[in-house]
Amino acid sequence: MDFWIRLITQVIVAFILFLATTTAFAYLTLFERRLLARLQNRVGPNRAGPGGMFQPLADAVKLFFKEEITPTQADKVVYTIAPALAMIPAIVLFAVIPFGAYLDLSFLLGEAARIVPLQLADINVGVLFLLAVTSIGVYGVALGGWSSNNKYSMLGGIRAAAQMVSYELALGLSVLVAIMLTITPTTQAAADASLCSQIFGATPVESISALSTCRIVESQGGWWNIFKPTGLLAFGIFWLASTAEVVRAPFDLVEAEQELVGGFNTEYSSMKFALFFMAEYIKLIAISAIGVTLFLGGWRGPGVDLLYSLGYTNLGGLVSLGYFLLKLIAFLFFSVWVRATLPRFKYNQLMDLGWKRLLPMSLGLVAATAVFAVITQDMNPYIAGLFGAFRR
Amino acid sequence: MAVAERSVGERRAAIYQSGRDGQPDRAFPTPQQVAQAAREIVVPSPRQVIAANARRMKDASQFDQSMVLNMGPQHPSTHGVLRLVVELEGEEVVQLAPDIGFLHTGIEKNMEAKTYQKALVMTERTDYLGPMINNLVYALAVEKLLDCEIPPRAQVGRVLLSELTRMNSYLVWLGTHALDLAAMSVFLYCFRERELLLDIFELVSGARMHTSYIRPGGLAWDFPKEFKATVQHFLNIFPSRIDEYEALLTDNPIWKERTVGVGKLTAADAVALGASGANLRAAGVPYDVRKLFPYSGYENYDFRLITGTEGDTYERYLVRIAELREAVKIAQQALDNLPDGPYATSDRKIWPPPKEEITYSMESLIHHFKLWTEGFKPPKGDAYAAVESGRGELGCYVVSDGSSKPYRVHFRGPSFINLQALPHMAKGKVIGDLIAMLASLDPVLGEVDR
Repeated sequence: MDFWIRLITQVIVAFILFLATTTAFAYLTLFERRLLARLQNRVGPNRAGPGGMFQPLADAVKLFFKEEITPTQADKVVYTIAPALAMIPAIVLFAVIPFGAYLDLSFLLGEAARIVPLQLADINVGVLFLLAVTSIGVYGVALGGWSSNNKYSMLGGIRAAAQMVSYELALGLSVLVAIMLTITPTTQAAADASLCSQIFGATPVESISALSTCRIVESQGGWWNIFKPTGLLAFGIFWLASTAEVVRAPFDLVEAEQELVGGFNTEYSSMKFALFFMAEYIKLIAISAIGVTLFLGGWRGPGVDLLYSLGYTNLGGLVSLGYFLLKLIAFLFFSVWVRATLPRFKYNQLMDLGWKRLLPMSLGLVAATAVFAVITQDMNPYIAGLFGAFRR
Repeated sequence: MAVAERSVGERRAAIYQSGRDGQPDRAFPTPQQVAQAAREIVVPSPRQVIAANARRMKDASQFDQSMVLNMGPQHPSTHGVLRLVVELEGEEVVQLAPDIGFLHTGIEKNMEAKTYQKALVMTERTDYLGPMINNLVYALAVEKLLDCEIPPRAQVGRVLLSELTRMNSYLVWLGTHALDLAAMSVFLYCFRERELLLDIFELVSGARMHTSYIRPGGLAWDFPKEFKATVQHFLNIFPSRIDEYEALLTDNPIWKERTVGVGKLTAADAVALGASGANLRAAGVPYDVRKLFPYSGYENYDFRLITGTEGDTYERYLVRIAELREAVKIAQQALDNLPDGPYATSDRKIWPPPKEEITYSMESLIHHFKLWTEGFKPPKGDAYAAVESGRGELGCYVVSDGSSKPYRVHFRGPSFINLQALPHMAKGKVIGDLIAMLASLDPVLGEVDR
């Protein structure tokens, strides 16, 4: 019985999350267009609804009613499933992201909802899961480019495959730094007292891993990772690599419209195109959310812990969610700003940057983080915390 | 070459110093060098590229494949309806052929069917980004045939409008060049200033793009009374706007990576290809029609002949930006010295009399009638006039058979000739470079195809 209740709640939460993500995507496009317009001395879409609020709706309706074209020479099966292959991983990413601490819905749903985490699932290999799912996204783009049987699409698909594979290494290594800076409890008592155990239930201390996204946020209670010396550098690498990973400007060579017309999605139209478009933006939100979780302290912010300790659980939960969204928007703002400012890289320069600069830098950074952690572990806890000593 | 190792900063300083007193004069390449370069340059036709690819593919192994990519005529960054037939090995360009003619509208032929006055409106449809300069070159050629005197107000006004047109043309170049490398904000900033220029054109001529304002014999009508203040306002704000574009691009590492060393054209190559304008000057050849063969009184203005050294895309960018600042200087001088007086020639055989004169002078009425029904008739002969347009040396050759319609009109379109350099520059480069090169050559397809 308990199992079924859990299953049903999880499905409902997953559904809400799915709707929230797609809505967030729709309004991210509006946010980007309005912001770009502001940066470029334009007005931007402001006709549909107040301030253009219904513009995403209008876009969606338009895309739905567009004619769907499949090129006669295309590989039909691959051509059809490629958009889905791009879209699904982008959404699945959100499963392990902690949007906030927890709410108390017992007044609504009874004692079973005393603690409702603002995170769909906490798995102890959460970060590995994120990296794995991000990697799958490349299949959609590469296969979509290949199956269209168009020279531009093929070039776009090749670029996509090469780019995503190259930047995954630097991305993974910079994420590794965040994991190394995460401090996990070492005694059963400390584990039982920790926040994540309270939210998701007690676990034996041996199974607690620094790869869990919840633990990573929990450990940033003092210093956020971005305020730690190695963490700041890792954040820089993460930001570059993640921008390349989600093929945003200035790394948007995959769909460089000035060179490859539309890149991998040249032949796609209607909802198939819309799915690629959605996948790209949802991935952008997801990777920004990952950045917030790993480096910017997740939902942490001044006052959240205080509200919880005073017993205002729901207020604390909402404030924590607010902090998370605020950081996310700041991240996305930066992304749009960069898009408005910078020219695009060239393909060989992109490869140079990935392999010759970011990869050695991130390798060195991982080594440095480890060395610093070991050196500082016996110093006073203040310094040890700054450099991420392993034990507490 | 030692020059190639100089830093970007030094190159920029050299460009800003070029043409100043006491700076070493740059020299033209020798005829031998040009002849040598000309022997090595090949501009293939589309058919040759496709055939060469087919031959190559016949005995190519599985790992040695190349393909022919058809860029355009509908492609976002071919600046109009240009088709590029590109043979690619991966992303590397083996060879390419520009295929032109998609915008051929028979402008030169059409002009033969119109009187001299009416043919003027066709001129600005060639290079639609530099209407006033196109008007001017045609007017100069016809005036040579007619051998008529232009009053000083019209002369100075023509220089002023030419420079404003040059700014307009360079702004579109800069905007589209930046957009082709995906720096899209620069595009919109450039168009913000271009809007002010188009407002000025509209103020003087009533039209934003197809102005028909500079006519054989003078200007269409006098400048409106707000003209001076409007232009002065623009000239006041424009230099700081150029600084804005430069702040976004000149020291931008990505911009430099995309442009430095890309699309090199040596001085000898550039001369052999017949390139002109900023493309030629960036290669280090001090050739500017305004300096070497002054027209409309350009010899009276204080401005520098900007030359570069490297001839790459970045250098072309720097040269054009420096020329933009020079254009502001010339326009300011022209505006300050704009004299009062008539705006067109007083020769009644060329220019109609003022309206009030018609009411009392029979002779004036006849002149007016003849001019608007038949048009003026230049003596038999031919004339060539050349000006420095936004793209290079724009020439106009007019042949008169003594009737009121030109027997033949031909334009030396600088875009057409500059575009020839693309196959030579693009060999062995990647697609991303190809786009940058094409943008920095700055062709206008209306002028290429005419």
